[in-house]
Formats: sequence, C-alpha cells, structure tokens
Amino acid sequence: MSLLVPPLLTYTVRRMVQAIPIIILIMIGSFLLIKLAPGDTVDALVGDMGGADPAFVARLRAEYGLDQSVFVQLWRYMLKLVQLDFGWSYVYEQPVIEVLMSRLGNTLLLMVSSLVVAFTFGVALGAIAARRAYSWTDNMISTLGLVFYAMPSFFLSLLLILIFSVKLGWLPVGGIRTIGAFKTGWADVADVARHLVMPTAALSLIYLAFYMRLMRTSVLEVMDLDFVRTARAKGAGGARLMFHHVMRNALLPVVTLLGLQFSTVLGGSVVVETIFSLPGIGQLAYTSVVKRDLNTLMGIIALSSIIVVIVNVLTDLIYAWLDPRIELK
Amino acid sequence: MTHPDTSVASRPLPPASPAPIALPDIGLAQTRSLVLWRRFRRNRAALLGLILFVAVVLMAALADVVTPGDPLRIAGSPLTDPLTVASNPWGTDQLGRDIMSGIFHGARISLAIGVVATVISIAIGVVIGAVAGYFGGRIDGALMRVTEAFQTIPSFVLLLTLVAIFGSSIEIIVIAIGIVSWTAPARMVRAEFMSLRRREFVDAARNLGVSDMSIIFREILPNALPPVVVFASVVMANSILMESALAFLGLGDPNYASWGNMIGQGRAVLRTAWFCSVIPGIAILLTVLSFSLMGEGLNDALNPRQKR
Repeated sequence: MSLLVPPLLTYTVRRMVQAIPIIILIMIGSFLLIKLAPGDTVDALVGDMGGADPAFVARLRAEYGLDQSVFVQLWRYMLKLVQLDFGWSYVYEQPVIEVLMSRLGNTLLLMVSSLVVAFTFGVALGAIAARRAYSWTDNMISTLGLVFYAMPSFFLSLLLILIFSVKLGWLPVGGIRTIGAFKTGWADVADVARHLVMPTAALSLIYLAFYMRLMRTSVLEVMDLDFVRTARAKGAGGARLMFHHVMRNALLPVVTLLGLQFSTVLGGSVVVETIFSLPGIGQLAYTSVVKRDLNTLMGIIALSSIIVVIVNVLTDLIYAWLDPRIELK
Repeated sequence: MTHPDTSVASRPLPPASPAPIALPDIGLAQTRSLVLWRRFRRNRAALLGLILFVAVVLMAALADVVTPGDPLRIAGSPLTDPLTVASNPWGTDQLGRDIMSGIFHGARISLAIGVVATVISIAIGVVIGAVAGYFGGRIDGALMRVTEAFQTIPSFVLLLTLVAIFGSSIEIIVIAIGIVSWTAPARMVRAEFMSLRRREFVDAARNLGVSDMSIIFREILPNALPPVVVFASVVMANSILMESALAFLGLGDPNYASWGNMIGQGRAVLRTAWFCSVIPGIAILLTVLSFSLMGEGLNDALNPRQKR
C-alpha cells in the first residue's frame, strides 16, 4: 500500500507533523500571556455589568472553569483552540473566529499582492544589478534598495497619500471599496484593485529591497559556478543563459527568504491596514489593542501562526520543485 | 561607539593556551582594528553612514543645548511653516510645539530604545544560541522549537500584544522589542558555535578541565561574536523602526517626544501642513539608513574576500 502514496504527500504530512510542537508551544505561550494579563474574563464581565455580589462572581468563575487548577485550564484552553474556538469578542459581540474569518480575505489579498510585487520587481532588479555589477545602473539600484529598506512603511504610506490622493487626486485614501457604489463584476474588481494600489506599494517596498539585494548576491555567486561557464562554452548566451541557467538556481535563497518573511509581512500589515483603513486582520489587531480585546488578539496570534506554518510548508514544496537535488524523504 | 570597528576588532584572538597572555594580544588587536578602519574608510557609503550616525548622536547629545526646554511644551503659534520664524526654524505642529526641538529630543529616545532593545535581544540570542549550539542534541532541539515558535508569531503582533497586556511605558516597550527580536541573533550564534565547538582550542580547554560555562563564554563566544556585532546594526535599525511604528499608532509612551508619534500626529494635518510628518519621517529614514550603511561597511571590512 505504501508504494501508492506519492512522496510529495508523505513529505507534506511529515512537515505538518513537525510543526505540531511549535503550535503547542505557541498555545502554551498565549495561555501564559492571558494568565499574566491583569484581570480575567469574569472581571471584564462584572466590570461591564457595573459590579456584582461575590457569590455571583464565584459562580461565574466556576462556570468559566476559572476555579480549576492552571493545568486543567491550560488543557481546556488547548482543546478549544484545536477546535478553532478562540472565545468570544466582547467588542464585536461575536465569536472571535467569525470576526477573524470576515477579515482574513482582505489581509490575504493584501499580502499576496504585496509579496508578488516585491518578489517580481525584487528578483528582476536584483538580476539586472548583478548583470551590470559595479556599473552606474548597479549603484543606482543598490542605493535605491538601501533607501527602500530604511523607509518606514507608515511614512511611505503618508507620502503616497500626500502625493496621489491629496495633491493629484488619483487614488482613494482608504477603505477596500468605494462606499455606496455597490459595483458588481469587473467594475468591483477594478474598484478593489484601485484601493489596493497604495497599501500594496507601502507594504511591499521594504521586502522588494530585501529580495533585490539577496538576488543580486545570489546571481553573482551562481555566475561564477562551473556549470555556467560550461553553458557559455556550449554557446548559451544572453537571455538564455540568464533565464535558463542562472536565474533558476539563483532563486533558491530568495524563495527561502520569502517563506521566512511571511510572518514579518503579516506584522507589517498592522500599520498599513490601519493607515488605509482596510478591514483586515492587521487593523483588527490594532483596534483590539486599543479596546483591550484580549480574546481577539490571542485569536489573531493563533490564526496567523497557523497561516505561517502552512506557508512555510508550501515554500519547502516550491523549493523542492525548484531544486530537484532535494529528496522528498 | 565612536569607532564602530574597534568594538569588533578588540576581541581576543583564538587563544593558543586557555589563559591568554594579555600584552601581545592588545598589540595585535590594535593593528587589526587599524586595518579594519582603513578598509572601512575606503568604503564611501560606510563613511556616509558613520557621518549620519555621528550627526544623530550629536543631535541627541546637544538636544538640551540647541533646543532647551520640554519639547512637548507650546513654543509658538500652531502650524508655523518651516524657515519663516527664527525661534521655530523647522516650524511648529498643530499644538504649537517646536518641530526642531521634537526632532532633537526624539533622537535621544530613538537611540536609547535602539541601543537597549538591541542589547537585550542580542543577550537573549547569545545565551540561547550558545547553549543550543554548544550542547546540541535534545537541548538544541528544545531551544530551536522555542525559537521557531517565536519566529512563527508575527513579531509586530506579539509586540502589540505585550504592550496591550503590560502597558506602554518606555521600559516595557524596550523589553518587549528585545523579546520579539532575539531569534535571528540566536540562530546566528548557534551556527557559529556548531562550527567552533569541535575545534582544537575547545578540546584543549576541555582537557584542562575548564567548565562548560567557561568554555562557552570565555573560549568560544569571543570568536563567535564578530558577525553578531555586525548583525546588531540590523537589529538596531529594526528596533528603531518598531518603536516608531508603535508610537505612530499612538501606542508608545506619551511622556516622551518620539519621531513616530510626531508623524502620527502630523497625519491629522497632512493636507495643510505636510512638514509636520515629513520632517520626522526623514529623521527616521536617515537614522535607519546610517545603521544599514555602517553595518554593510563593517561586514565588507571584516570579510574583504566576499566583495569582488
């Protein structure tokens, strides 16, 4: 039977199993954080009600299981998390998971568009810089990369708003759709895309700088390797040498970085989504901090950890596809 | 840290005997730092970084001389344009606070937070990376799982959570930034330790009965440190960016002038008075740029073969 299972599948399953201890550690960590926070669920409830008598408070504690030992509480907490039950949001008056799911799409859209932009332009510019290493073009691109890296995303967002919304009036300042327009079909897609231009630019620029620098070093390294010389000797030159022989190998470290940085991009979306009032997970994290909605915050941590783990497995698979030397054992 | 290279180069060389002899070591270290400084000086970008860095340090040091008084007090009529009034050369914000004073005093906060948070994160990273890399096996496995867990949680979200739970005083912010940024230094130190722990000088020390702790911190660590010191410039830049992002969102310590906070408040008057947010923005940009340029210069000076 085991012969029928494709190696790709066993590899994926094995990588998922490896992620389990990490997820458990994150669960324990977030439980400890909740315990360390001043006040518990019942304090919040009683505070909302404007006080209650001690007997009622004690009954509420028992109902929520807060009178049990810490280990029993931790076990119950983990069981709930496994069922994707992140508790109740007292700010949105909804289960946390529903609040999260209604916003996840926008965040994923922003992240994917930012990473695609950062990856495409970063790889292209990095390869161009390496082709013309130490020339005027290379210096230009490399300096630009350093400036991009040093530019805080919130500052860049404000500059973009100042130029493209306030001065030129080309792009909307915020939101995901034009309010009250109720567009459908392609008009709706175009509307969302227009709203995403500036957030995408603001979020992608710093990663663009990362990928560009890494790609430049990587291409320079690969171009020195023996097989490139062989290919050149056999008559491959110009575009064919670059795309067919060099780029595919030079991409490997960039793909690794792409997977590693996914969680940083999620963190960066907090600032960008807040500025452009995009209703996503990042903006939710900000409002949860301001409104002390701890359940939602913990739900965001859990959900983003799961997403990061899945993305990491996916990057490993892409890596294995790009580099056939890696065995899927 | 006037000469960033000395801190790197003054590390003891791999000791031939477990008790390094002090005198010739210092002489060697000095020549080495001189060589490093020459290489660093050749790099024009690195020099520019050093000049920018010195400028920021001077701003922080001279804040009370150039712009005396509380930067948060009202010092002129609100929204004065830059270069129009002599007492507020860089203009004022919507509450009439002097922007130049805010930038100079903000330099202190940014640098202080950057330095302390970097020290904390490097310290945690060194301890965890050293123990994991030196002992290997199960200890390494367990510590690496913890590291991966920290890497899996988006660091800015964790930072927000820590600030939400423990409050946003400046001490908490510094510690929280340190806690969310130790993973990369830890991985770096671990890799260095794994390559160094089988070397002869370590075996020699072990044979002489030197304790594990002593081997880790006195024999291996000095040799593992140079790349970490270079990386500290990246951690520092990131710490400053994280603090300013927190302050921008209004979650920083309200009792101090902070560049991020100035940008955040300038956002409300972006349409009419762009300079309120652009001036502190350029300050952050140049400060972070100075760290990247210096870090790169140091890296090239330490590994001259890597370039060209």
